[in-house]
Amino acid sequence: MAYQPDRSQYPQKKADGTLDIDLASGKYLKLWQGPQHPGITGNMAIELTVCGDEVVEGKTHVGYLHRGFEKLMERRTFMQCFPIVCRICVPEPDFNEYCYAAAVEELAGLEVPELAHWIRTLILEMGRINSYLMYLGGQAGAFGQGVIGQWTTYVRDLMLDRFEELTGARIYHMFIIPGGVRDNLPEGFAARMETTLQEIESTLGDVERVMFHNAVFKKRAVGVGIIAPELLDSYGITGPNARAAGVAKDVRKDQPYLVYPELDFEAVTGKDSDIYTRADVRRRDLLLSIDLIRQILVKMPKSGAVMTKLPNVLHWKIPRGETYIRGECSRGEYGYYLVTDGSGYPRRVNVRGPSYTHSIALFERLVVNANISDVAALLVSLHTYPPEIER
Amino acid sequence: MSIRDVLSPFTAWKNLFRDPVTIADPLNERPGAARYRGFHKNDMDKCIGCGTCETICQNGAIDMLPVSGVPAKLGDSGLRPRIDYGRCCWCALCVDVCMTGSLTMSNEYKWVESNPDLFRFTPGVDKKHWDNAELGYQRHAEKHLTPGERVEMPELEPAARIGSFTEIVDGYSIEQAKLEADRCVSCGLCIATCPAHMAIPDYIKAVRDGDYERGVQLLYETNPFSQVCGRVCTHRCEDSCAARHEGDPIAIRWLKRHIIDQVPQEKVLELIGKPAAPTGKKVAIIGAGPAGLTAAFDLARKGHAVTVFEAQAAAGGMTRYGIPEYRLPYDALDKDIAVITAMGVDIQYNQRVGTDIAMQQLQSDYDAVMLAIGLHQGRSTRIPGSDHPQVRKAVDLLRQITTGEKIEAPKSMVVIGGGNVAMDIARSMARLQLQQHGEIRVTLTALEDKAHFLADPVEIKESLEEQINILDSRGPQACVIDDSGKLLGLKTWKVLSIFDAERRFAPQYDESDEQIHEGEMVVEAIGQMADVSLLGNELTEKLEWNRGRIQIDSNGRTSENWLWSAGDCVKGPDVINAVADGHRVAISIDSVFTQQEAKS
Repeated sequence: MAYQPDRSQYPQKKADGTLDIDLASGKYLKLWQGPQHPGITGNMAIELTVCGDEVVEGKTHVGYLHRGFEKLMERRTFMQCFPIVCRICVPEPDFNEYCYAAAVEELAGLEVPELAHWIRTLILEMGRINSYLMYLGGQAGAFGQGVIGQWTTYVRDLMLDRFEELTGARIYHMFIIPGGVRDNLPEGFAARMETTLQEIESTLGDVERVMFHNAVFKKRAVGVGIIAPELLDSYGITGPNARAAGVAKDVRKDQPYLVYPELDFEAVTGKDSDIYTRADVRRRDLLLSIDLIRQILVKMPKSGAVMTKLPNVLHWKIPRGETYIRGECSRGEYGYYLVTDGSGYPRRVNVRGPSYTHSIALFERLVVNANISDVAALLVSLHTYPPEIER
Repeated sequence: MSIRDVLSPFTAWKNLFRDPVTIADPLNERPGAARYRGFHKNDMDKCIGCGTCETICQNGAIDMLPVSGVPAKLGDSGLRPRIDYGRCCWCALCVDVCMTGSLTMSNEYKWVESNPDLFRFTPGVDKKHWDNAELGYQRHAEKHLTPGERVEMPELEPAARIGSFTEIVDGYSIEQAKLEADRCVSCGLCIATCPAHMAIPDYIKAVRDGDYERGVQLLYETNPFSQVCGRVCTHRCEDSCAARHEGDPIAIRWLKRHIIDQVPQEKVLELIGKPAAPTGKKVAIIGAGPAGLTAAFDLARKGHAVTVFEAQAAAGGMTRYGIPEYRLPYDALDKDIAVITAMGVDIQYNQRVGTDIAMQQLQSDYDAVMLAIGLHQGRSTRIPGSDHPQVRKAVDLLRQITTGEKIEAPKSMVVIGGGNVAMDIARSMARLQLQQHGEIRVTLTALEDKAHFLADPVEIKESLEEQINILDSRGPQACVIDDSGKLLGLKTWKVLSIFDAERRFAPQYDESDEQIHEGEMVVEAIGQMADVSLLGNELTEKLEWNRGRIQIDSNGRTSENWLWSAGDCVKGPDVINAVADGHRVAISIDSVFTQQEAKS
């Protein structure tokens, strides 16, 4: 869809379609937000052209975090890719592990034990909680509300404790391995998890009172950064950004995977599609994740194998094939497109991180006519993680 | 927007009275979780330096390096993993693929140094305070990332094989061989163990890749007896295989056989190519066994004219005249020999040196002479009655079976000995008994107890399956002969111990435990020796000897500079050692020729 912003009072277009911005006139100003800026999520930059305090044009600049993961994986064996993929998204790494493992398993024809499916689902929901907790702190912080981030960071740390005892690591868990997961739940895990969930619920109560029932927050966030529902498909918008526009897009429901068909839940939606609604959808989605974890811990088998027998991973060859595995991460649809050619290495891996569409094309559209002071909040409200833009 | 939205944010003030949750001092003691992937530990007693950790590490953080105080030995490379914590990402794949479970992780995560070089360390060697940590990431069997169980080799059932000399082992199918080859971790510990240093991981990779022609080329680089070694090699390589620490060793021997089975004979000849142009040098080799023919093959490929003198009517030496056909079919052996003769090696059959042609003649007619005569003379127990005509030597009987001489199998017989030759003769005679009399009555008596038998465990298992009556710890005392001169059997006593305190052979018996084992024939299978009568008195005097064997240097050269010797007659104990010896002698003879050329 062609990009047609309302530019009635702003620069004219030149014959080649670019804007006729005469910086020497003194009417316009170039402003760089990022790559080092508290209002930017991760390492990316926005090149703003402003007229007064309104944004005329915004261009995103990415690449500061490019480490070439997709290319690196073409030079590593299937098992050696496993420790790499989590690094493609720092705050919610587990989706990379799941999508990669599931793609490899499908092409290699491996059956994963049922218990491993349950533990994978548990981990993905734990990761979603962490991601949302980070987001809430960031969203409030973008409006100058520092205390929310302090609270959510604390409870996120409690969830990291649960990650540590389950997976053996706090940030890069490297636990969902092709063939299953590395271990069963430790003794007494469910009880400790329940304590953590209660703590998070309690903190979310505070967050609701202080952040969502807050005149300042509402004044800044309501009606700002509206994504029109008709943009969703043409811009590839998924996850809470889409659900806040009233469209119940949720891979967990639409193309169920792992054990989601056995869990009782409905996709969380909003209707106003502004910054406030998106924040609220994420807060409620977080509560849904807490509920899902409780369901999982009750319904999951208590014992059984967690790994299937693998061929010798040192020279594991996978037959020619291709597949796309998707899952609903906290930002939307996460996907791995894996092509194998019968050798011991992936022929091509393409990572579909939702931040790519949200923070480049969509953001460049939404930022036009925004106030400079809203730019940071607008970017945060799209919930983007630059590493997954720059695989 | 409502009045609630104005007042509600003030509820944040309740936190004024809460204790801070931040830990003030990051160096407070906070142990990592029980399965935390912290700093590495390595159990030096278990590590074999196989290097799978280095292979799997996608960061290149692990280097296998020699460590002082850890010598290389059978099944241990002597190398140990050094980990660079500037590269490590603590994924623990190194722990998951560790073949012995020696590499683990502690739950320790704090390490303060001012010198960054110290973060490159060798766990287990560089002592750390977490070396004895009980918690941390461990690998249990389920997590092991390489399959532990060997693909079973299909073979004939006992009932089907006992009636004939048909080969017992079928050989792997291509699918089975690929599965088995897939288990190899390519550590190469086997290469060091193999006397011929065959490129084992590479030819196993050729099986995985289905590239059998490459496999044959690799086999022939180090061993012209792949048909033989693929069937009857003592496969010590499998004793040092890293896979045995967590399951079965890789079936290296069967995979070698599989490669050679897949490639037609003409293709084998094409793959190894033609020998070099003639050099004009002449070499005589006495004995067409594995040692002699290996040297002949190598020398002929270098362009030297090789003549092999063989006393028997066919080549192969002990592999033909000592190993029964059900273990090594003659046509398989013939294929190996055909490749060697195709290199221009001239084998003179039925030519017994010392009788048909003199050693001195060879010395004068050839530029170098090699002695590889094997061990064809059976040793005797020298017990009373052992000179009876029905008391036979195992090697003689085995030779008779191979040459196709008619053997009247006795209705009952006793074998003395617990080694592979004893099993061979017992099982061969059992087959003849079944063919001639319809039942098997073979008793095998060995000095050793079952736990210390010299024969391969698989030989013992198969012998028992074939109804051989195996009696352990029995010492032969006399062959029982009746007044008419008929052999009745063997008298044995119970063995209490075989060696004395100085490990000298001095068996002690319990004379009260005496048994007579019925047998119309007694076969002695207690060892062999070389028949060196061909040397003649003069040469025997001139040569240096070492405990009854001709003294050779590390290249197989004797004290006479024109004479080399190799194989069982000087060293032993098996085919692959003979092959390795053959290579050594060929290299030595060739280098002597090169030096002679350079001087002239």
